[in-house]
Parts: sequence; structure tokens; C-alpha cells
Amino acid sequence: MDAHAPPAVDVADLRVVRGGRVVVDDISFTVPAGAITGLLGPSGCGKTTVMRSIVGVQIVAGGTVDVLSEPAGSPGLRARVAYVTQAPSVYGDLTVRDNLRYFARILGTPSADVDRVLGEVDLERHARTLVSRLSGGERSRVSLGTALLGAPELLVLDEPTVGVDPVLRRDLWALFHDLAARGAGLLVSSHVMDEAARCDRLLLMRDGRLLAEETPDQLLVRTGTATVEDAFLALIEATEAPAEVAR
Amino acid sequence: MTPARTLATARRVLLQLRHDPRTLAMLLVVPSALMGLLAWILPDETFDVWGPPLLGIFPLLVMFLVTSVATLRERTSGTLERLLSMPAGRGDLIFGYALAFGLLALVQAVVVSSLAFGVFGLDVAGSAGLVGVVAVVDALLGTALGLFVSAFARTEFQAVQFMPVVLVPQFLLCGLIVAVDDLPTVLRWVAQVLPLTYAVEATREVIGSTSTTGTFRGDVAILAGFAVALLALGAGTLRRRTA
Repeated sequence: MDAHAPPAVDVADLRVVRGGRVVVDDISFTVPAGAITGLLGPSGCGKTTVMRSIVGVQIVAGGTVDVLSEPAGSPGLRARVAYVTQAPSVYGDLTVRDNLRYFARILGTPSADVDRVLGEVDLERHARTLVSRLSGGERSRVSLGTALLGAPELLVLDEPTVGVDPVLRRDLWALFHDLAARGAGLLVSSHVMDEAARCDRLLLMRDGRLLAEETPDQLLVRTGTATVEDAFLALIEATEAPAEVAR
Repeated sequence: MTPARTLATARRVLLQLRHDPRTLAMLLVVPSALMGLLAWILPDETFDVWGPPLLGIFPLLVMFLVTSVATLRERTSGTLERLLSMPAGRGDLIFGYALAFGLLALVQAVVVSSLAFGVFGLDVAGSAGLVGVVAVVDALLGTALGLFVSAFARTEFQAVQFMPVVLVPQFLLCGLIVAVDDLPTVLRWVAQVLPLTYAVEATREVIGSTSTTGTFRGDVAILAGFAVALLALGAGTLRRRTA
């Protein structure tokens, strides 16, 4: 992580309104390149909306989102930013390999890349299986594999390890760290707080607001807690009792 | 939009269909069976009048239904959002679908025409080959119409209801039931901006002529224009950013 390099993502005063409801309320943060930033918070807190804003598929009500020094959603970013939605977005009536091959063609990456990705998400055995016949966890891995095609500089991964067995989860996190070590910025969301320890930096969200932006260690020290889960609870109690706010 | 990405999309759609043999079989069997039924219920001379225009309309109907759910499936599976966040052009998607389904439409219209003329005893004074050409153009038009409306459908219920909205009025006004010239003035104007009117006119032209006429060539050009314009409009309605 180079402190002087421009951040992979720079969000300033982001505000998103959906169906008349404010779902992201004036959020500012950065995602550095070469590191994993965890976006944590309960289901429905606005994590996915923040991610969609960064990818450039969300209509935003205010604020700016810069990605790799360009406005989010710029055509030049489409091959440099990879996005994995929470629900696996792949074709059920194609084989694993045909799915990856199609997305590789859209990206313009060589089809040899497909074999590398099949190995990285541990799906070589299922390369010729129709995605609709796979388990939920395997399907998620196909979806994740799509994001690993080419050499994305920013990966936006929405709950990428849901339904994945512990061994593969460990391997995927090793892969994420490897990608970060090679210089990519990663923004990984989770509603499971114990994944926080695997991140270099944390963003804690609740009800469309950002509660914290710091390293896991800083968070624990500041809140005087032992786990991220407890830290999260401590932050909520602090915001809900304004007299006690120490920030 | 690039040729490589459009072709990749067409190839992918055909691969998907290969894993759905029942849909493929129905695409070929349904319009053929309908044509056979028509031949069975009508006396020979009446079949020779009704057969040629319906030869194009049955494939149009089937292709419309199949393609009207196409981009809806992309939408609900989340792949549309993924593709639009990738370097895929909106045109790559729509024209890729049009290529794949257009190929099927071609095969379908050729099969139905061959059966109609070869097995069901359809007989025209003009060119059977040119009647077949109109059937192919009609099937392509059905593909384009289906893709166009599918860009507006948000649910399966909406998608299937586009058929009575888009196709039935065209069927009533196209000159098949009442000649366009005999329609009330306002309806005649409406008929003149609906593509099916030109499809029926083109068929009527070549029923009686063994070579192409100026009207026929004009009609086919108008139908091709409708198809391309509908596809471009359909691509234009896909939004990269949504609420």
C-alpha cells in the first residue's frame, strides 16, 4: 500500500435516494490500491448501493465518485473495474467454461485466461457442467471467476464468500490478498463480522451512514473492544446516545 | 459496439439454446403444425389464398414470443447489469440476440415454406421462392419486434401481454381480413405505419408474379428498415444506470 498513490476509489458526499427513501446518506471514504477494504454492515444498510455507485450502474442523487482517477461509470473504466453482484450473475444454461469464455470475449482477454481462472476458483472439475446443475456456492464461484478475468485494477465484490466452505473461503481470501499484493484495489462487502480481520481496512455502515473508516486494529483500540462485532455495537450505542459521543 | 462482441453474444445465445432442445424443437414444429392445420381445414383454393400470408405470420408470432422474454431473462439473472458494467455495448447485446434468433428465424421460415409447398400442397401462380423470402423477412421482423418490446418488459407477465398489444392490432389491420383500401380512413393511416401491412402486400405481389416487382422490393426494404430501427430503439432503451 503506497500512501502517496492516488486511491482506487474516492467517494465524496455520496447520497443515493431510491423510491423516495435515502439509502446512502452523505458518505465519504477512499479505497486504496494494493489493499483489501472491507465494507461491513447488516443486511439492508446500503452496502450494495454504495458498490453499485462505484461501479457506475447506480443513479446517484449527489456527491462524487471517482474510480481510478475517472468519474465512476466512465467507458474507459469498464475493462479496469470488475464487479461481482451478490446473486450470481451468470448463465444457468451454459457450462462453466462457456460462461467464462463469453465474458472473456466481451472483455477482449485471451481465452487462455479462462483456464487460469478455472483453477483460481477451483472449478476445473466442473468446467463442462451446466451452471444450473451446480450448488449455490459453486455458482457464486463462477460469478466470482468472471471478475478475475483479465487484469482488473479494482475489484468490487459483493458478499463473495457466502455459501463457500471454510477451506475454499481461506483460499479465496489468500487469492484476494495476492491480487492486492499485485497492486489491485479490492472492496469486499460482508455482513459477517468475522471476515473483518482478513481486511487491511474497514468501512462500517449502518442505515446508510458510515460509522467508521480505519484499520481493524485502530477500530478495536478506539472502541476498546476485542472483536469487530463488539466494536460495531459500541459504535451504534455511541451514535444512539448523543451525549456520550466522544468522536 | 464491435463485431467481435456482437458475434460472441450471438454465439453465446445459440449455445444457450442448444441446451434447451425443447424450445428449439417447438420453434420448428409449431409454425409447421399450424400451417398443416390450416391446409387441413381449408379447401385447396382457399388455402392458396390464406396460406402464403400466414406462411410468414406464423413464424413471426413464434419468434416474437420467444424473443420478447430474451432481455428480460438477462435482466432477472443479473447478467444484463454485469454486461453493461463491462465493455459490452448495448448494441452488442441486442444485435447479438438478433443475429442468433435471426438465424433460427431463417431456418424456421425455410422449413415451414418447404413443408407448405412440398407437403401441404400450397400452390401459387407466382414464385414459391419469393413467398418463402417474405416468410423469412416476417420471421426476422418478429424477432426484432420481440427484442424491442422485451427491452420494456420488467416481468414475464408484462412480456407475454405485449403479444395482444403489438401483434393482434397489426393482424386485424394488415389487409388480411379487410383490404387496407376498404378500411375507414383513420385506420388506413394506422395500417400504413404498421410493418405487417407491408409483409402481406409483399406476399400478395409475388403470389401472382414469378419475378420481383417494384412494390415487392419496396415492401421488403420497408420491412428491413422496420427491423433495424426497432433493434436500434431496443438497444437505446437499455440503461447502464438504474435506480
